[in-house]
Amino acid sequence: MMVRLALRNISRNRRRSLTTASLVGMGAAGLLLFGAFMIYIFSGLETGIVQAGGHLVVHRSGYFLFGPGNPAAYGIDDHEAVMREIRNDPILRPMIRVATPTQALVGIAGNFAGGASTSKTFFGIGVVGADREKMRTWDEHGASRPYVPDNRLNDPNAARGVIGRGVARILGLCGKLRVPDCPDPEPRPNASDPNGPPLDPALTALAQEERSGEAAAVVGTYIELLSATASGAPNIVSLEVAGVDTQMVKEIDDNHIALPLSLAQRLVYGRGEPKVTGLVLQLHHTRDVPDARARLTALIETKHWPLEVRDFREMNPFFVQVTRMFDTIFLFLALIMGVIVLFAVVNTMTMNVLERTSEIGTIRAMGVRRATIRHLFVLEGAILGGLGATLGVAIAFAAIWLINHAGFRWMPPGHTDPIPFQLVWPTRPGLLLGTWCGLVAVATLASLLPANRAARSRIVDALRHV
Amino acid sequence: MRENATSSSARPPVVRLDRVARVYRSGAIEVPAVRDISLDIPGGVFGVIAGPSGSGKTTLLNMIGCIDKPDSGRVEVQGQDVGLLADDALSDFRARHIGFVFQSFNLIPVLSAFENVEYPLLLIGVPAAERRRRTLEILDAVGLSAQAGRRPDELSGGQKQRVAIARALVKEPALVLADEPTANLDSVTGAAIVATMRRMQAACATSFVFSTHDARLLAEADLTFSIADGMLVP
Repeated sequence: MMVRLALRNISRNRRRSLTTASLVGMGAAGLLLFGAFMIYIFSGLETGIVQAGGHLVVHRSGYFLFGPGNPAAYGIDDHEAVMREIRNDPILRPMIRVATPTQALVGIAGNFAGGASTSKTFFGIGVVGADREKMRTWDEHGASRPYVPDNRLNDPNAARGVIGRGVARILGLCGKLRVPDCPDPEPRPNASDPNGPPLDPALTALAQEERSGEAAAVVGTYIELLSATASGAPNIVSLEVAGVDTQMVKEIDDNHIALPLSLAQRLVYGRGEPKVTGLVLQLHHTRDVPDARARLTALIETKHWPLEVRDFREMNPFFVQVTRMFDTIFLFLALIMGVIVLFAVVNTMTMNVLERTSEIGTIRAMGVRRATIRHLFVLEGAILGGLGATLGVAIAFAAIWLINHAGFRWMPPGHTDPIPFQLVWPTRPGLLLGTWCGLVAVATLASLLPANRAARSRIVDALRHV
Repeated sequence: MRENATSSSARPPVVRLDRVARVYRSGAIEVPAVRDISLDIPGGVFGVIAGPSGSGKTTLLNMIGCIDKPDSGRVEVQGQDVGLLADDALSDFRARHIGFVFQSFNLIPVLSAFENVEYPLLLIGVPAAERRRRTLEILDAVGLSAQAGRRPDELSGGQKQRVAIARALVKEPALVLADEPTANLDSVTGAAIVATMRRMQAACATSFVFSTHDARLLAEADLTFSIADGMLVP
């Protein structure tokens, strides 16, 4: 009876109830739409990061903090045995999608072909092309950009790699590589030699020696990569540039070079034992990261390997910062929506109590307890909140459908090309139920104040109320 | 006190007031509404509290109905000193033993006539089938079977008051209190309501107590208490 009474009381003043429910609904819809946008952003970022760098990386201890300055000093000994153990571990095996070694390196890239003489520092990464290609197909959240096969690094024996668009621009390779919207540098007007200063003779000799072993390497576009080996000696390799691989962040794009693992190892370790700086694991599901990490840590401890595990969040602080920023904005919005709903429901319920004062007196005289009066009005507030929040969910889903079918495109931060604007359905229980329950709770709490007022009123005063 | 027709003094009192007083305060001003009234109302009577406006009829009725408390004195209903009851217990007591008929009918507008009458039975936990049977019976008794599904705004004044009477009686209370029940009705409808109440009171063997200055009700009363300036007058 109480629910029936509450529902009918809500429908008594339809316009007021509808206005209040609509307000709650707009709050819910706003939060869900923003939540959907957040998930879309997070999914896109996570997908890009996991496709490029996997979920977990095993490094030699200390690499995360100090290794990038001198990757050669942090090579993992007997990495193939370690990788074998990881791949064959009965707990890890079902979680792992790709397990692949990588070699990070730093050095100087130079373009000395055809009389050019341009060089710049670079951050390189040696990869197993086929593994990298498989990693690019990871799309757990359906948020990947359309997959375009890229086999430029697939030949492990070829000295062929890709460079960032920025590297191509700085080294003056845009024209040769036919990179659109990428100018070659203007000739320096004050330079006595239009090709710039000559390369150090010793390095030139090293480069020529490197080239001499590649008889056919005259057709493509080549650059020289200079780095220090693990023992500190300079080493140089020639890399055929198969094309550009534009990176999302300019600073990375201006320094990025990806090359086959074997070539990177040759550059870093020379004729020494080839090592790697990272064992990258891409999992089937991001939710497995804590379990996989715990297992890897246990394995490392058991085997006494001098290794450490990092997950993609630690490796990409930007991702964590973005998620935290959006979480904060969401909380701020939720707070604003909550306050608006609070005041709207307080106002509506106060009006309801005032209008029904005589009725409250009547049913109190008939024997209804104070607590029942309180429950009745709180229930009405909760139902009003529930109806509004449900309306909001419907509005949000309809809006998402419309937006996703409108064909909008945009360029999110860090992207180089416009991508479809596709909101993710906000079906995550935390977001959907959290928003719904949160607004219903606010509406319920908001009705407590007027409900208490109704419950406390004296029967004879209430009966006299006109 | 004046007794008509039958002598009811032999029956055990359903209401006993002992030196009951009630004073209204507005700032420093005190207005005594009821002054040291003592009276007994026996069970099964059709009693009237009569008096001019402002004489204290409604205040007295409110205290008998346990919806207002005296500043001094004792109110007993069905042998229970209601001053000893906490608020919830008092609500439960009213729900079981006292029915109300109001001048402005005071039906719940969002409920049908049937639901309005059924509501007091819900409060005392009567099972659904029993509720339905008793509700239909009493609606039939007041001649409103055909209007059971209608909401108050679809009923005439007389029909509303008959629903209110049915609502007050459906739980078979020991006492029904009515504050000027015919005041908002025309004379023909008022007469019909008086007749209905008299008939129902006899049928249900319940005590009815009214506050009124309606001559028709006064003529029907078994027992009349006249009140003036908050005091009973002979």
